[in-house]
Amino acid sequence: MSTSRKTENVGDVDPGVPPGNAGNPKGAPAPEQAPAPATPTSDSQPIEARSRAPKKGFRVTLEGLRAFYGSAEQVKGIDLEFKPNEVTAIIGPSGCGKSTMVRCINRMHEEIPGARAEGRVMLEDLDVYDPSVDVVAVRRAIGMVFQKPNPFPTMSIYDNVAAGLRLTGRRRGDLRPRVEQALRGAGLWNEVSGRLDEPGAGLSGGQQQRLCIARSLAVDPEVILMDEPCSALDPIATLKIEELISELKDSVTIVIVTHNMQQAARVADRTAFMLDGELVEVGATNDVFTKPSDPRTEEYVTGKFG
Amino acid sequence: MSSPSAAPDRLARFAVSPGRRRKDVIARTAIQVCTVIALIPLLLIVYYLLKKGLSSWSTSFFTTDPTGNTFFKASSIGGIKSALLGTIEIVAVASVISVPLGIGVAIWLVEYGKNSWFAQTVRFFVDVLTGVPSIVFGLFIYIVLIVGTGSSYAGYKGSLALTLLMLPVVIRSAEVVLLLVPGGLREAALALGAPRWKVIFRIVVPTALPGMVTGVLLAVARAAGETAPLLFTAGATLKTNFNLSQFMNSLPVQIYSDVTSPTPSVEQRAWGAALTLVVMILLLNLIARLAARRSRLA
Repeated sequence: MSTSRKTENVGDVDPGVPPGNAGNPKGAPAPEQAPAPATPTSDSQPIEARSRAPKKGFRVTLEGLRAFYGSAEQVKGIDLEFKPNEVTAIIGPSGCGKSTMVRCINRMHEEIPGARAEGRVMLEDLDVYDPSVDVVAVRRAIGMVFQKPNPFPTMSIYDNVAAGLRLTGRRRGDLRPRVEQALRGAGLWNEVSGRLDEPGAGLSGGQQQRLCIARSLAVDPEVILMDEPCSALDPIATLKIEELISELKDSVTIVIVTHNMQQAARVADRTAFMLDGELVEVGATNDVFTKPSDPRTEEYVTGKFG
Repeated sequence: MSSPSAAPDRLARFAVSPGRRRKDVIARTAIQVCTVIALIPLLLIVYYLLKKGLSSWSTSFFTTDPTGNTFFKASSIGGIKSALLGTIEIVAVASVISVPLGIGVAIWLVEYGKNSWFAQTVRFFVDVLTGVPSIVFGLFIYIVLIVGTGSSYAGYKGSLALTLLMLPVVIRSAEVVLLLVPGGLREAALALGAPRWKVIFRIVVPTALPGMVTGVLLAVARAAGETAPLLFTAGATLKTNFNLSQFMNSLPVQIYSDVTSPTPSVEQRAWGAALTLVVMILLLNLIARLAARRSRLA
């Protein structure tokens, strides 16, 4: 099982894919990937699900990102780097533009009528807003988990996980190993392995959210965006998701929007604080919470507002 | 009313006043009477249909064409075979045209048109069409395809009139259920990297399917019961006919011509045909309800 995953992995990020495979941004930044596996994060893989070839997440860099709804500017020029195989938490009060900013990264922002973005979002060396870039390929590389668990209601557990593969037309034939891999990756396999044919909507909220994570893992993304993934879940389900995030960062770059500062402190390597569409400060999570450089950050993390 | 252990004036306000109790009884009775009054005509229709129609049902009623021989021998007036098959043919053709077309329009409105001026214009005209009396559709086809071309009545012309009638119903009902599909599902699929057409056909439409089936069947049921659009498009005939370019009989038109007959046995046949039509539509409604029950929306 892990060998099959390894093989497929290599196929996906292999720098040697023919240039005819254009439109897939995973192919484009690959040359920059070559020296990468020497980073310190790749040697820490204690969990069984991760016992496979080290895979690197992509670096995501925002350069002067501005996002609008109609004429209202919700994100007002942000420069921010999300490092490979790190968890970056975005915190800030409601309406400060956290979700909007994250939705710009995989170009989901533009799905809202009247919404548009300016500036650049770099996926390694590729500007995802470049006119020549296929938005569909961007979204395959940058998975997303939403606030509310949203399994496809017409599909079984199995089909939900396989949906990403089928919808993107990347895999034919037996998807079962991939589905099992993804469910194991999302820590759900042991709970659902005996009832893969049951509807995904029949699971509990926390299981549904892990099913959604499995669904996005199945297409093997380099980056996963999580938009308040635990806000609809109870503390125990939240804990499971947080453990999962810590495991997943070995193979992907994770950006997590959260209202919950304890959660940011628990899962994130780095934390960014946003206020009114602007980035106030970003740094190592511990620093942001214990010795913030900006007084506004201090007021927020100590609960004086927000 | 008040408990002896507490100050009486503090708990007195929790007692239901006699005035409120009386108003409650009056209001309840009034709305129950309304319900019963509304039920009376419905039950009477079913009662008369069964009483008068059931007696004319027999195997030959469904397997023989009407003979038109109504004057001399009451026993040889024949059945409703041509009308039954004609209705099925005409409605089937109308459905084959209007259902894909209507669902296509609904998908465009919900997934692409959204609130653009063109989509709003389309919605406005669909609403107008929903309210157009059915005879106007028949008239339109009559003027364009019969007077306009100088040709005669034909089954397919009746189908086209029913298509016009069904189209707005199909569009509107499909649009409503497509709008019920949570936006989060579309987002989830798009965020997985699915192209939009796959999101529509693999996620949105399957989720909305039971509701769309219900809407379609209700449109079919409505079309099957229409007389006016068929009177001067498909015409009326005695013979069972599988050629859509010729006169074609239908149940509503058969009923219409039978009730105007002076011969009691022919009038009786109208009751049998009416019962048949109602049973057909009832079956369609039942299927629609079963489909709706399977719905995964709301």
